Amino acid sequence: MLDFFKGPILALQDFFFLTGRALRNIFRSPHYTDDILLQMDIIGVGSLPIVILTGGFSGAVMALQMSRALATYGATGQVGQIVAITLVRELGPVLSALLVAGRSGSGMASELGSMKVTEQIDAMRALGTDPIQKLVTPRLLATAIMLPLLTIISDLVGLAGGFLVSSITLNTTASQYWNTAYRALVWNDLAQGLLKPFVFGIVIALVGCFYGLRTSGGTQGVGLATTKAVVVASVWIFVFTFFITQIFVNQQ
Amino acid sequence: MPDSTPQSVLRFEHVSITFGDTVALNDVSFDLKAGGTRIIYGAAGSGKSVMLKIALGLLKPSSGRVFVFGQDTTDLKEKDLFPIRSKMGVLFQEGGLFDSMTIEDNVAYPLENAITAPDGKARIPADQISGRVREALRFVELEQTLVKFPSELSGGMRRRAGIARATVNEPPLMLYDSPTAGLDPITANMIMALIIKARDTKNTTSAIVTHRYQDGQLLANFRYNPESGRLERTEKNGDGVCARTTFMVFGEGRLVFEGTQDELDRSADPYVSKFKAVKQ
Repeated sequence: MLDFFKGPILALQDFFFLTGRALRNIFRSPHYTDDILLQMDIIGVGSLPIVILTGGFSGAVMALQMSRALATYGATGQVGQIVAITLVRELGPVLSALLVAGRSGSGMASELGSMKVTEQIDAMRALGTDPIQKLVTPRLLATAIMLPLLTIISDLVGLAGGFLVSSITLNTTASQYWNTAYRALVWNDLAQGLLKPFVFGIVIALVGCFYGLRTSGGTQGVGLATTKAVVVASVWIFVFTFFITQIFVNQQ
Repeated sequence: MPDSTPQSVLRFEHVSITFGDTVALNDVSFDLKAGGTRIIYGAAGSGKSVMLKIALGLLKPSSGRVFVFGQDTTDLKEKDLFPIRSKMGVLFQEGGLFDSMTIEDNVAYPLENAITAPDGKARIPADQISGRVREALRFVELEQTLVKFPSELSGGMRRRAGIARATVNEPPLMLYDSPTAGLDPITANMIMALIIKARDTKNTTSAIVTHRYQDGQLLANFRYNPESGRLERTEKNGDGVCARTTFMVFGEGRLVFEGTQDELDRSADPYVSKFKAVKQ
């Protein structure tokens, strides 16, 4: 019975060690600025196309779904408001985070995993660099900075997608749509809409790197690490969005 | 051993390590003196690669103590290990090159990224790095591959680049993990020639892990002649290459044999004989 829990608890302990060391390294030299910028480019700019596409379509779908429901009450004018609130509070952060988890979290796990199984991590340590400082901290910083920025873009494109649909199907005017959307949002929405991707970014990078660095068992292990990283990061995104929402709901 | 007692470079005292239920190293003790060459034979899974990782501090032994350059490294923290590691060059089994970097960047890595330079000296100035990298690559005859990536090189070339990276900051102790594994005999001999060249021109203490019997024979009986640029056979009891070369045989985590070449040749141990069976 005890042995059953030993594995997961040891893994959790390792995860917190990694988290602690990765965070501490942010304030310690040497700083690998080149690696941070490179990761920001790969994670941020690289994810832009898919984040724009999914953001746009999720806004459009929201408008499409809501237009029918709102029409029953004759409140089709409120479509901008509903799209804005759902996108900024929930859909924008969560969808972008899931995409980045699938794209960059898996990338981190497979890259670090391959480095682990081909002894590149050992070589790095033998050559006098801390793999956490060189590999994990840049990825952590890059994801935590870029995911909120990606979410902002996703929200904006989503609102535009919603407008496109509502103007075609509901004949909503531009001023009506954007006015209701703008008025619907309060600081509380923006705060949780930006805090969420920041937290998700940290989760994605740490989980991806954690499973990557724990890889064992050759190329098969790399595949397993990648799968675990995406699944675990995705689950934690939903758990965290629940608790962050809980905090902000009580603030109102 | 020569009359004056040379300084101990790498010493294991009753080192054991276990992974779960498997014992990878069982009560291993040995002492490698400065200027010596140690050849470590063993089949796959005999614990010889684990031994090198313990020497580097990449793995912590379950019991026993490890001394590198006379300093007890067993309980050192990672950051305190960096200055010691900078005095050790290591060639990993597949070269251990970083896939995301060019050969030039790989070889420059120890110079550019090491937190502490060897002997606590100041870091090598940036304008000297390129020269040092070229020199190290010229040593392994790979100057033409500066801008290539490891994936574009053959297995033998990757290992040569690995030797260049390991020797670029001229460490006094070199560790080689199966340098000839998976190579054809011609390439394997070329790698061995480079290892002998590195040992004799830079006067390094070396530990070579291998499963090929002839690798040890080459190291024990040949030396590099800087004038002709070739390897030549040493006279028995001549200049002492053979005397400075000692052998160890690992079997299932235990040290089965330790001694000189003559003792190895005379050994009647059944496990040691298996290695000698492949002798030409």
